[in-house]
Amino acid sequence: MNQHLPALLLALPIGGAFLAPLACSLGKKLRNIFYLTVSLLTLICAVMIFLETSAGKILVYVMGAENFALTLPSGMAFPVRIILEMDAFSGLMVLCVAIASFAGALFSVNYMDKFSGLKRFISLYFLLVLGALGMCATGDLFNFFVFVEISSIASYGLAAFWRDKPESIEASFKYMMLSQVGALLLLVAVGTLYGKYNAINIGALASMLQTGVLEKIVLAMFIAILAFKCGAFPMHAWLPDVYSEAPSGVTCLLVSVSQASFYGLMRICFTLYGTNPANVTAAWILITLGCASMFFGVMMAVIQHDVKRLMGYHSISQVGYMLLAMGVGLYTLSDAVLLAEYGFTAMKGGIFHLFNYSMFKGLLFLTAGALYYATGTRDLDKMGGLARSMPWTTVMFMIGAAAISGLPPFSGFASKWLIYESSFAIHPILPVVALLTSILTLASFVKVFQTAFLGASKISLAPVREVPVGMLCGMGLLSILILFVSFFPNIFVSGVADPSASGLIDQAGYINAVLGGVK
Amino acid sequence: MTGNMIFTVIALLMLISLVALVTQKNLIKICIALSILGASVNFLLVALGYRSGGAVPIHYLAGDNKVMVLPTPQCLTLTAIVIALATTALMYSLIVMIYKHYGTIEIDKIRRLRG
Repeated sequence: MNQHLPALLLALPIGGAFLAPLACSLGKKLRNIFYLTVSLLTLICAVMIFLETSAGKILVYVMGAENFALTLPSGMAFPVRIILEMDAFSGLMVLCVAIASFAGALFSVNYMDKFSGLKRFISLYFLLVLGALGMCATGDLFNFFVFVEISSIASYGLAAFWRDKPESIEASFKYMMLSQVGALLLLVAVGTLYGKYNAINIGALASMLQTGVLEKIVLAMFIAILAFKCGAFPMHAWLPDVYSEAPSGVTCLLVSVSQASFYGLMRICFTLYGTNPANVTAAWILITLGCASMFFGVMMAVIQHDVKRLMGYHSISQVGYMLLAMGVGLYTLSDAVLLAEYGFTAMKGGIFHLFNYSMFKGLLFLTAGALYYATGTRDLDKMGGLARSMPWTTVMFMIGAAAISGLPPFSGFASKWLIYESSFAIHPILPVVALLTSILTLASFVKVFQTAFLGASKISLAPVREVPVGMLCGMGLLSILILFVSFFPNIFVSGVADPSASGLIDQAGYINAVLGGVK
Repeated sequence: MTGNMIFTVIALLMLISLVALVTQKNLIKICIALSILGASVNFLLVALGYRSGGAVPIHYLAGDNKVMVLPTPQCLTLTAIVIALATTALMYSLIVMIYKHYGTIEIDKIRRLRG
């Protein structure tokens, strides 16, 4: 297909971001059409990239060269230009982000309708999409830093969008402080690698990387920063604040943006470090972080009364599953027998869960937004009996809650099952923690369902009606995807998770795409 | 000894800013600390990019000298400075809004989000 797809994928949201103020001055209808069209075009572009990469092809695109496939300029032994590089795992991540951004846009059209300042909202929204897509598309560490910053700055602005609420400003500021320190340390890590190897391209660095103390320190920095960005346990403080204070359509997208950081972490552990001995320690760190995030995240979630905050804590525990699965995969990476025995299954489970998580968590945040839109409160104690007045939202909340709790036959069950059976081989305590987390997740969602949707109708909630059709479409899109994956998990595992995991362990292929002497 | 002086300076700057980040309670002072941290990281990038005895990275000016100081870290630094400018501006505007809402910029009095 078209070779310019990787550049187009980034050009669409950035064009959308800068054209948004113009489009917004043309009236409400044209603004909404513009917002949805750009999101849809990005989604189509992402689907095309996904189809191409999941067939096993690695897309490479060189910016600023006379020929966009020219990774090595004449006579040079290493790449000097900005290179976009996408394998099957990047393709999947790009797809997740694009789906979440389209669903969030559908939802936001109605949700944000009564607020002013939407031109800034739409601009920032597309910049956030751009940051997340860029993190998944780039093949260059410094570029990765730039896209991390683009997405971070956009998310500070969006978290503080309701600036008349003190909590939003506080959440945004708190996130900004922590995130800026993290980003600067990321820059130190990238600079240190440049100082030693004279390269910032991931493929080129991976081909040269030695074993040493410096590399270990750099890996530790990368793990600390990116685990912070995806909300792993000891560095999770910002996550429930930002997720609960941002407008719901944005939170749906923020879930995928934090997954882009997770993608970066995996790219660095698997592709950059590969079989480097530093990775054995890294694997144990990921497993420990994963178990701690799962357990403490869900324990904090159980006691919450604010529906979005509760879901924010669940995000922490769901990220734990992925960290655990990828840690198990990383642990077996240098041993082909163990990798084939259970490591590869764990990676498939982790990647499958990543996709599921982006979908069901996005859906749950959208339903929480629908509850807030209809009732004007996020406090569970003030809700009750909403199933009568909001039947569609109730059904979709049930789908999301069943999927996140891992009830068979929903999608969460299939991916969690792969994680249980493979992590058991490392140590039996790991699946026990994971199962316990799953049970507590179910318990807390039963609580939400019971208090918000069942029980007697409250008099204060009598005028509540079902939310507008645009919001239902946003939630419906994610629900249909979840149901599809739930009923055909085998298609998804063999067609999507398998090539993504193979792409991740195929370090040589990734290096070759850059250094393979494409003439 | 003097060759590594620059790294000592960078380490000191980083230490100052990290200590200030942890100990200071005033939001503006915290922002200043963050700016110092940013500056020290930019320093580090430029210092790491220098190759001793290297030449200008222009083909006909370099002469026989094969070691060149590549412009990559300078480009990185410029980008990082622009990003730091954007975040600093945003940070101060958020402080203005925090002051409007809470009437204070002492960090231990701004605690609505907890638990």
